[in-house]
Amino acid sequence: MRFRIYRYDPESIGKPRMQDYEIEFDPRGKKVLDALIAIKDCLDESLSFRRSCREGVCGSDGVNVNGRNVLACVTPLEGLKQPIEIRPLPRLPVIRDLIVDMAQFYQHYRAVKPYLINLEPEPENERPQSPEERAELDGLWECILCGCCTTSCPSFWWNPERFLGPAALLQGYRFIADSRDQTSDERLDFLEDPYRLFRCHGIMNCVEVCPKGLNPTQAIGKIKTLLVKRAL
Amino acid sequence: MIPKRRFDAVIVGGGGAGLRAALQLAEANLKVALISKVFPTRSHTVSAQGGITAALANVSDDNWHWHMYDTVKGSDYLGDQDAIEFMCRNASSAVYELEHMGLPFSRLDNGKIYQRPFGGQSQNYGGAQAIRTCAAADRTGHALLHTLYQRNIAARTQFFDEFFALDLIRDADGYVLGVTAMEIESGEPWVFEARTTLLATGGACRIFRHSTNAHINTGDGLGMVLRAGLPLEDMEFWQFHPTGIPEVGSLITEGVRGEGGFLVNKLGEKFMANYAPNAKDLASRDVVSRAIAQEIRAGRGCGVHGDYVDLKIEHLGTEKIKARLPGIRELSMQFAGADPITDPIPVTPTAHYMMGGIPSNLHGQVVSPAHYGPEEAVPGLYAAGECACVSVHGANRLGGNSLLDLVVFGRAAGMHMIEHLRENPIPRPLPQAEVEKSMARVARWDRKGGTETVAGLRGEMQRVMQDHCGVYRSEELLLAGLEKLTRVAARLPDAAIRDHSKHFNTARLEALELENLLPIARATLVSALARTESRGAHSREDHPQRDDRQWLRHSLYYCQNDQLDYKPVKLKPLTVESFQPKERTY
Repeated sequence: MRFRIYRYDPESIGKPRMQDYEIEFDPRGKKVLDALIAIKDCLDESLSFRRSCREGVCGSDGVNVNGRNVLACVTPLEGLKQPIEIRPLPRLPVIRDLIVDMAQFYQHYRAVKPYLINLEPEPENERPQSPEERAELDGLWECILCGCCTTSCPSFWWNPERFLGPAALLQGYRFIADSRDQTSDERLDFLEDPYRLFRCHGIMNCVEVCPKGLNPTQAIGKIKTLLVKRAL
Repeated sequence: MIPKRRFDAVIVGGGGAGLRAALQLAEANLKVALISKVFPTRSHTVSAQGGITAALANVSDDNWHWHMYDTVKGSDYLGDQDAIEFMCRNASSAVYELEHMGLPFSRLDNGKIYQRPFGGQSQNYGGAQAIRTCAAADRTGHALLHTLYQRNIAARTQFFDEFFALDLIRDADGYVLGVTAMEIESGEPWVFEARTTLLATGGACRIFRHSTNAHINTGDGLGMVLRAGLPLEDMEFWQFHPTGIPEVGSLITEGVRGEGGFLVNKLGEKFMANYAPNAKDLASRDVVSRAIAQEIRAGRGCGVHGDYVDLKIEHLGTEKIKARLPGIRELSMQFAGADPITDPIPVTPTAHYMMGGIPSNLHGQVVSPAHYGPEEAVPGLYAAGECACVSVHGANRLGGNSLLDLVVFGRAAGMHMIEHLRENPIPRPLPQAEVEKSMARVARWDRKGGTETVAGLRGEMQRVMQDHCGVYRSEELLLAGLEKLTRVAARLPDAAIRDHSKHFNTARLEALELENLLPIARATLVSALARTESRGAHSREDHPQRDDRQWLRHSLYYCQNDQLDYKPVKLKPLTVESFQPKERTY
């Protein structure tokens, strides 16, 4: 199989480049991550990428394959046009090869206060939540913070420091939507900002690429609706 | 000069146990550093699926005494009953605490936490099936890990993400004073100095060729402990999960069988009834794994090679599968090419969990024989989670008890560390020679021109462990395995990496991980060879019976000369009556 992979060595003065690899590899049932590991083990130890769970739940190996942001570990090799072009996630600073600096992404995540705030004394047992209230969280809490969505968003490309991006906004809404959280108003105050929230123009790249099938655009829409309702 | 940071506590590992302990310390306003080789939500806790066990009695009549009985029986009586009582007694409050933190548990119609049946659970000491495992769909580990990480953001824990811990720093009096580490991005060494150090580095199933574990599960904390001259406990006990996807190893939760799924062989027979007439598909994991292995051996496996069995859930219906088992459906479609709504999932026993590990007590203190007895605390050193052996799981862990172990003992360790810090306010001088020894070990990988590769040796080790230390073992098989492994390990000095760059050098990381894996594999084979009985997950075909007279004791392995030592199982609980060993059937 043939691959073209983005290489960047922070210790050389050279520019980033694309490197071609050819490897005997039966793609049946195999994923892009399997090929990356085979190349690293057999051809070129210096090829660098992140990986952990290898089953699409930890979010380590977001990369861009043939122009699309994906998790390498759940993307089948079969059906991909060769040479398979693998690049780091767009718009984030590259540390080395396929490894990007996620600091900005995590900073936006932390900015939405991604934790439950409830100032009532804790009850002896669980806080009750009906199945319907709990269902409001489905499609929100499953986010694995891989960054595929945010780095595919043109609004993020243009304003990476000020627009929170789909992943952080999805998490912002996850706590607004939680019947147990008491700070929806403060959360909405923070989000009501021309950049943090309103740079989203509904382009929906985030929905298109999310490897977990989540819908950040819809969550953002719900935040906007709540802001409108509140203003009336 | 190596940069040095001083904290009250340093925690190695950002999974459930590390994060739970960090939270305890940070909320007590102590200075905590949590160092993790991956961003914390990439830790392997995220892969836990089915749930966390606690006798909340939301669905079936239940209490913690029954949970304790099941855990002792599940451990094949090798679990320490004081620690098991402590865990089961604290289980409900631990789960409620997670709910209060925001964990999005699935809910029952009355608004309470959803619970599902899991293997080895009973009411009334061996009676009817209990329904005890609390779940957030089939992504409970994800929910738990993210919730704990989020609470740590609120508590302002100081994270050192993508730092790789190298060695414990231990002074001449045996005090542990922190760790050496490497910042992965820059490749620079660091010293983390602290009066308390917690190892929460998770499991090490990457010694096997096929495992449910993440690539990062290389037992780094165990390697650090062995290098510091301390022992590992019960390393012969590894759980083979009955339902991993063949070849890739991805886990299919026991919760699938809890929700009503069952196993069939190629003849379509529900064979579990022949092996566990009462519990059937919800027998303990060691029992189900052996049953599958027997079916495959008898030529009743499915597929062209007859090397797996089928797990069927079509009868549950589309709605229930989508609501309760969405993650399983996704994994099955991605890795087995089967949509469980219409097709069975192929499964086979797969290395999953390390019951053994760093010997510790129910306060999370690492203990080892020193002067007066087998359980002397190593001052300043703690361990929690899968890397620790408390031992609550004994010879076989029950499903749903590992997430519980993380939070109960993560919290207990945090609390004891606070006490230790109060009693030891003055930092002891750091032995510089220990730091230099650690740096020299890493510098070894700067050498050029070796004849062996890290990937090559790792692959051979994994094959040896897979072939010689699986579900069934025998003296002949283990001896041959040990001989092979000795030969693989002897080639390690000839191994070199070709990439000598500093920044984010993952080849160097993999080399350092291999140095942790190899002695763990050896500890496993040596301990397994010595234990001439079958107990829990350790099945010796040449010694098929459990032998309580000789073997109701824990193994301790030291890497110096492969030395083995033993200590008694604690059969006396804290407050309740002891459960005496008896025949174990399901």
